[in-house]
Amino acid sequence: MYAIVVGGGKVGYYLAKEMLDTDHEVLVIEKDGAKCERIAQELGDIVYKGDGCEAATMEATGFGRADMVIAVTGDDEDNLVSCQVAKVKFDVPRTIARINNPKNEAIFRKLGIDTTVSATAAILAQIEQELPEHPLMRLLTLKGGGLEIVEVKVPAFASVVGRRIRELMLPAESIIVLLVDQAGSPRVPTSETMILTEDEVVAVTRRENEDSLRAVLTAPAPVAVPGSGDPGYGSSGPAGPYEPSGRS
Amino acid sequence: MKVIIMGCGRVGATVASMLDDDGHDVTILDTRIDAFRRLPAGYRGKRQVGNGIDQDTLARIGIREADAFMAVTQGDNRNVMAAQIAKQIFGVRRVLCRIYDPIREEIYKGLGLETISPTLVGARLLKETLDREPAPAGGES
Repeated sequence: MYAIVVGGGKVGYYLAKEMLDTDHEVLVIEKDGAKCERIAQELGDIVYKGDGCEAATMEATGFGRADMVIAVTGDDEDNLVSCQVAKVKFDVPRTIARINNPKNEAIFRKLGIDTTVSATAAILAQIEQELPEHPLMRLLTLKGGGLEIVEVKVPAFASVVGRRIRELMLPAESIIVLLVDQAGSPRVPTSETMILTEDEVVAVTRRENEDSLRAVLTAPAPVAVPGSGDPGYGSSGPAGPYEPSGRS
Repeated sequence: MKVIIMGCGRVGATVASMLDDDGHDVTILDTRIDAFRRLPAGYRGKRQVGNGIDQDTLARIGIREADAFMAVTQGDNRNVMAAQIAKQIFGVRRVLCRIYDPIREEIYKGLGLETISPTLVGARLLKETLDREPAPAGGES
C-alpha cells in the first residue's frame, strides 16, 4: 500500500516510522528543510521537500497512485486542503486528516474527508471518561448511517451488575460487542454472558440512543439485592425507567 | 446587505471601506487587532478579532445573518476552509474566496465556490496592458 503523509513534524515522523515497520510504502512531504534532513537521516530516503497542498508537489510525489493520504500538519486548514485536493483532483481512495479543533470534525466529514483524528477530542474523551458523570466515551463514529462504537464503564452500584446480556433492555439498534473486565481481559459476549462490576462495555449504538444506553448500563439498582432477579426490570420499555436521573 | 470580510490586509481593508461607503453593513474580522490600522479613519463598520476558520467565531460575529462572506487572508487554505464553512455550514448566499494558487482556484471553483485568483487576474492585466500601445507621451525628445 502506498501512503503519503503530509507533514513531517512529530506526528508525521512517528507515523511514517511505524508504517515503514509494517512494510507499507511511505512518503513524507514536509516544507521545512531541517525536518526533511532529520527524517532522511533517521528513516532513509522517504521524504520529499515541498508543500503538500500544492498540485505540482502532489503530481511529483505520485498522489495519483496513492492508496491513502494522511495529512498531519499542525494546521487544520492545510490538512483539509491536502485531503480535499487529493480526493477531487487525484481520486485518492482514502483520506485521513488530523484536526486540532474538535468542532472541525463535522465540517471535514461534510467536506468529504473520510476520517478525522483529533488528539484534542481523544484527550477530552479520556478526561470525560474519568469523570463519574460522563461514563460514556465515543470510540468511533461509523461513516454514514449514524451508528457509533461507544464504551461505557459499568459502575459497581449499577443494576446491570450480575445480569446476563439477554436480560438487558438495550435501546433500539444497540448491541454489546465486547466486555473488558477490571483486570483488562476482554470477553466476546454471548446472550448468556454476565456483566461484572467495573466492566468496560463496548457497544454499537445509534447516536440518539447513546443516553438511553448509558442509562441502562449505569443506572443504580433501586434496592440492592445483588444477584437476585428483579421481576419488574424487564417489563417496561427501554426508555422509561432508565432515563438518567439528576442530569441537567 | 450584511457583509463579513475575513482578513484585514490591504485588499480586505479596501473592500471593507468601499462597501461601507456604499452603505452596506460591514463586519471585518482579523486574528490581529493591529491589522485594523489599515482601515481608513471614516470606516463605520464593525471590527472583530478572531479566527475565521473557527465556526464558533463566525457564529459569534453574526454569520447567520450575513448575506455575503469574503475570505481574503494571506493564506489560500485558510480562505478555502473559512469559505466552505460559511457556505456549507452556515448557508451564506454569496461566498467569495481569494485563492492565489491558480490550480487550487480551479479546483474550488469546480466545487462551487466563487473564487478569484489575483495571480491570474494580475498576470492577465499586466499582459493586456503590455500588449496595448501606450498613448504617445509627448515629453520624449
